[in-house]
Amino acid sequence: MSSAVSTAPMVKAEAVHKSFGHVEVLKGIDLEVAPREVMCIIGPSGSGKSTFLRCINHLEQINAGRLWVDGHLVGYREKGGKLYELRDREVAAQRRDIGMVFQRFNLFPHMTALENVAEAPVQVKGVGKAAARERAAELLERVGLGDRVHNYPAQLSGGQQQRVAIARALAMEPKLMLFDEPTSALDPELVGEVLDVMRGLAADGMTMVVVTHEMGFAREVGDTLVFMDDGVVVEAGDPRQVLTDPRHQRTQAFLSKVL
Amino acid sequence: MTSETPARPAPPEQIEAVPVRHPGRWIAAAVIAVLAAMFVHMLVTNPVFQWDFMVENMFSEPVLRGARTTLIMTVLAMVLGVLLGIVVAVMRLSANPVVSGAAWAYIWFFRAIPRIVLLFFAANLGTLYARYEFGFPFDQQLMDLFGFEGDWRLFGFDGNEIFVGFTAGLLGLFLSEAAYMAEIVRAGIQSVDPGQAEAASALGMSRAKVMRRIVLPQAMRVIIPPTGNETIAMLKDTALLIAVPVTIELNFQLRAIGSRTFQVIPMAVASLLWYLALSSVLMVGQYFLERRFSRGFGTRETRAQRAARRAAEVGSTK
Repeated sequence: MSSAVSTAPMVKAEAVHKSFGHVEVLKGIDLEVAPREVMCIIGPSGSGKSTFLRCINHLEQINAGRLWVDGHLVGYREKGGKLYELRDREVAAQRRDIGMVFQRFNLFPHMTALENVAEAPVQVKGVGKAAARERAAELLERVGLGDRVHNYPAQLSGGQQQRVAIARALAMEPKLMLFDEPTSALDPELVGEVLDVMRGLAADGMTMVVVTHEMGFAREVGDTLVFMDDGVVVEAGDPRQVLTDPRHQRTQAFLSKVL
Repeated sequence: MTSETPARPAPPEQIEAVPVRHPGRWIAAAVIAVLAAMFVHMLVTNPVFQWDFMVENMFSEPVLRGARTTLIMTVLAMVLGVLLGIVVAVMRLSANPVVSGAAWAYIWFFRAIPRIVLLFFAANLGTLYARYEFGFPFDQQLMDLFGFEGDWRLFGFDGNEIFVGFTAGLLGLFLSEAAYMAEIVRAGIQSVDPGQAEAASALGMSRAKVMRRIVLPQAMRVIIPPTGNETIAMLKDTALLIAVPVTIELNFQLRAIGSRTFQVIPMAVASLLWYLALSSVLMVGQYFLERRFSRGFGTRETRAQRAARRAAEVGSTK
């Protein structure tokens, strides 16, 4: 859990800006996520935390600054001091190594849990169908859904759906996992089962960036806590320190409302 | 589950209230019953119907062949129309403004033209050019420009042989159908939650794969009911093939018997019954298609799940 890992960062953001029309959502984000690090991002709604997460796997295109994942510039190629946009196929190749879990699960409703998990390895990596299904069954077992493999998403609870979504992302064997408020759409009693799976992932050494409102999870599992507000990083540091003794007034104000 | 459960309280007394009366329903039933009786009475007593004659002729050899043509034409025109419609719909949604504009123009043009006009036009393409050839565009002009002789043509066909009868009819019907299907497919694609495409691209799937594996199968649920309408409309529009003309077609054959024997009404009724029967068959097909593509919606147990549950039940009783 040491945050002083000396290896190259898994994610590096330098002065990342993002605007939607005239609205500037990210106003210069500088961040580094080390391999095996779990970074939690908190902040009020509209602070840009989800947008930043979506920039990391190029679901949103940044307007200024630089963003690297595992040493590769996201969405662009730099050559002779000039940036070239990547082709669709190259962007898709970059996304293969980055797993993403969405607030609203976004499972494929016309496929069973098993088919959801086996789909991308077969279609993207060209894994054999039988091997992919076997691996999918293992992953579903790992997230505690070994008995639900043939259920369609509509037949699963929210917590179960989100666990299938995590298994689906893991099937691509990502080196980085992004979680966009993974428990915000869940009934309170279902939050725990999803956090347990995420806790297990963190213990296995997965690099994770988690946008969340679960302060308990951030305190217990996170290596770093980032507080964002109005498109900037207000405060970042050890979760226990940030949560108990925030330095900035805006952090204090936010925490006093949610804790 | 102990044996000494305390005596359960007596079950509550069931309510036995006088139900609300619905006199309107009885009146409506009586009126409709009388009208139905009058209708049946007319069918039985009016000699113009000539039921024996109708039954005898509605299954005659040429009529059966006509029915077969009608059905084959319907299926082929719909299959080709749906396929071309999907292509046009995907083009319409393309980020490329030229491709999207071309798709818009296609839909604009073919939706504006009445099918009977289009069929008439398709049947007379042989008059426009006697021979249709495929090869390098503007080959003769280019050859002339550079002072060469000859042309670059790969293959060709005789317009007066191809654009007649069945082929001309099929061409007119499916080109027109593709324009309608394109709009239906576009609406279907747009009805799928954008989060689906997002999740699929986040997994590294290419745009084509996202469309084929994730978006289109879900769009089908929205696409199929209006496509059922289109199919039944197409079945009826095969009667327009008279404009080509295609004569081995159901309605034409029935009417031919009617005019030859001066028994117009029996053959008109036969025609009506035939279309009723054929569209009923198509509706059965639609039912199964809808069931296939509603997988995962609603909580109906699937075959695999039923099998798994039964296996578990058998296991637990042992």
